[in-house]
Amino acid sequence: MATLSLRNVTKSFGALEIIKGIDLEIEDHEFCVFVGPSGCGKSTLLRMIAGLEDITSGDLLIAGQKVNDLPPDERGLAMVFQSYALYPHMTVRDNMGFALKLAKVPQAERDVRVERVADLLELRPYLERKPGALSGGQRQRVAIGRAIIREPSIFLFDEPLSNLDAALRVQTRIELARLHERLGSTMIYVTHDQVEAMTLANKIVVLRDGRIEQVGTPMELYHHPVNRFVGSFIGSPKMNFIKGRVHSVSDAGVEVLLPGGGTVTVPVSAPAIAAGDDIDLGVRPEHLDVDDAGPLAGTVIVVERLGNETFLHVEISPDLILIAGADGACPLQVHDRVRLSVLAAACHVFAGDGAALPALARHPLATNPI
Amino acid sequence: MATRSRDMRTGPLLAPAVGLLLFWMIVPLALTLWFSFQRYNLQNPLVTGFAGITNYKLLLSNARLWVSILNTLVLVGSVLVITVISGVFFAVIFDQDFWGRNVARLLVTAPFFIMPTVSALIWKNLLMHPVNGFFSYVSRWLGLPVVDWFVQVPMFSIIMIVSWQWVPFATLILVTAMQSLDREQLEAARMDGAKGFSMFWNITLPHLQRSISVVVMIECIFLLSVFAEILVTTSGGPGLATTNLSYFIYMRALLQWDVGGASAAGVIAIVLANIVAAFLIRTFAKNLERE
Ligand SMILES: Nc1ncnc2c1ncn2[C@@H]1O[C@H](COP(=O)(O)OP(=O)(O)OP(=O)(O)O)[C@@H](O)[C@H]1O
Ligand SMILES: [Mg+2]
Repeated sequence: MATLSLRNVTKSFGALEIIKGIDLEIEDHEFCVFVGPSGCGKSTLLRMIAGLEDITSGDLLIAGQKVNDLPPDERGLAMVFQSYALYPHMTVRDNMGFALKLAKVPQAERDVRVERVADLLELRPYLERKPGALSGGQRQRVAIGRAIIREPSIFLFDEPLSNLDAALRVQTRIELARLHERLGSTMIYVTHDQVEAMTLANKIVVLRDGRIEQVGTPMELYHHPVNRFVGSFIGSPKMNFIKGRVHSVSDAGVEVLLPGGGTVTVPVSAPAIAAGDDIDLGVRPEHLDVDDAGPLAGTVIVVERLGNETFLHVEISPDLILIAGADGACPLQVHDRVRLSVLAAACHVFAGDGAALPALARHPLATNPI
Repeated sequence: MATRSRDMRTGPLLAPAVGLLLFWMIVPLALTLWFSFQRYNLQNPLVTGFAGITNYKLLLSNARLWVSILNTLVLVGSVLVITVISGVFFAVIFDQDFWGRNVARLLVTAPFFIMPTVSALIWKNLLMHPVNGFFSYVSRWLGLPVVDWFVQVPMFSIIMIVSWQWVPFATLILVTAMQSLDREQLEAARMDGAKGFSMFWNITLPHLQRSISVVVMIECIFLLSVFAEILVTTSGGPGLATTNLSYFIYMRALLQWDVGGASAAGVIAIVLANIVAAFLIRTFAKNLERE
């Protein structure tokens, strides 16, 4: 139904540039998630797309049409706000039908459409209630209903689940995924939540400081981060970074000298790297294993048992603490001495400027880059 | 939030304060009631004793009382309408960002801090005076006939003065209410296609409804007893044109020295105030409930 393109879009508040040139294509039917640290401009970008903030420079195109100067209600978008922003003095029915009422849709048709959406979201029993008499999850659904009823070509969500409790968040997340499948519309979704981003998205956009760091499928971002920032941002617990030195460079990859003397050979291509260069070795917790023959020795300082798995915080040296994923049944205790081995094939090497060295082989789940 | 029932009996702790307030209220009320059934005129100390309902009979058959009740209602009603409409208007205006907003806000608020007598004098002598007043100056400049406000449109003049004093109150309350209007709600409404008047009518006004009720209730209490403005400007005249109930009582008590009759009128005023209060509470109280 609608594609969305951002062409070198910027936004300044006064002299302060918040969005510093964004180029992005969002395809039809896509579920695109914006992630990034707090204050990086996710909400601002979403609000610019919505038409609630004007665009300082650059072009915003919806279905090929430039819409920079179109008011919000004429862009064919609907937005779900973090605080739901329901109209407290109106019943659920009127809340959902408000846009139609303003568009002068006759009462009878309005009722039909409201009821259809209410059925879809299981809100039928609450139609005559005011938002104040609903639970958080029900309010959330009304907010989504208010967006759906306008049959927008693109949905915008700004952290829609952050006010829900954990269980409801999971449930609503699944409902959203199903809704996306059923409606088939394009969705743009801002979140802080790793899991939401990874599970919902076809495409994740990682923002930092008003710029795009990387765009890709969740698996692509997870397995092939283009730089240290994306590597540390995607994944929970975070990727470990080990300061190392290049020992040798060969066709098989880069051999990295670890603290404590061991080496690992990471299969990345390294045209611009030579022996002796300082690099950061990125290792995700699940790629560090407790192994008596491993090259890294240290002391367990924290044990986080989640039941199905255990995270060990291991102090290798006072300024290097690694998080290692272990089995749920791992018997290790705090103060135990352990050795860790590194799954070299899954490691990342980041050069001095933070850029990742390209892997020699793509991960099977991230083979076709966007 | 649920209020928890306490284990301790709070009655004895509250009793002194409640008792004092009750005493404070009951004594004047009882005295007024008592006097209203007495023959008691300060100019004629020989006529004394229990009057039965004579004072009330005389009053209720007195057309002046009914005129003053009507005047009271007209005054209260008009001022309420004017202040609420202007208050909403200013609240919406001051919610926008414009150059000089703080100064404008100060100017709109200022009349509230002027004593009623002083503001009445300002209006009487500086603005509405048929010879020296600013309004007459303007009409002369425009070549229009000069209006002698307190003679030609006395009630309207009083309404203007009292409204001028009470617009700031309505504005203050409603500006505060505007600030609590959720910005995301406004943005959601914008996404839904509301703008200009439809935004005001569907979002802003319903949001202000509760505060408007508060303004109406509080103003009512004060407007029922407007006095200084009338005393200073028209003294209730010409004829009875601007005599409201409190001015009527004043005339009875302190111009005719009829304590009995004035007390009876006072009791009637209390009844009237209660009728108005009951009416207000029926109309507005449900707005004050939580949504
Ligand atoms: N109206 C404004 N005027 C000035 N600066 C603003 C305005 N709105 C946002 N900003 C700034 O723009 C930056 C980005 O804000 P934005 O709300 O987009 O962040 P975000 O990525 O959504 O953060 P969060 O994850 O905390 O919601 C912030 O530094 C913020 O202070
Ligand atoms: Mg935000």
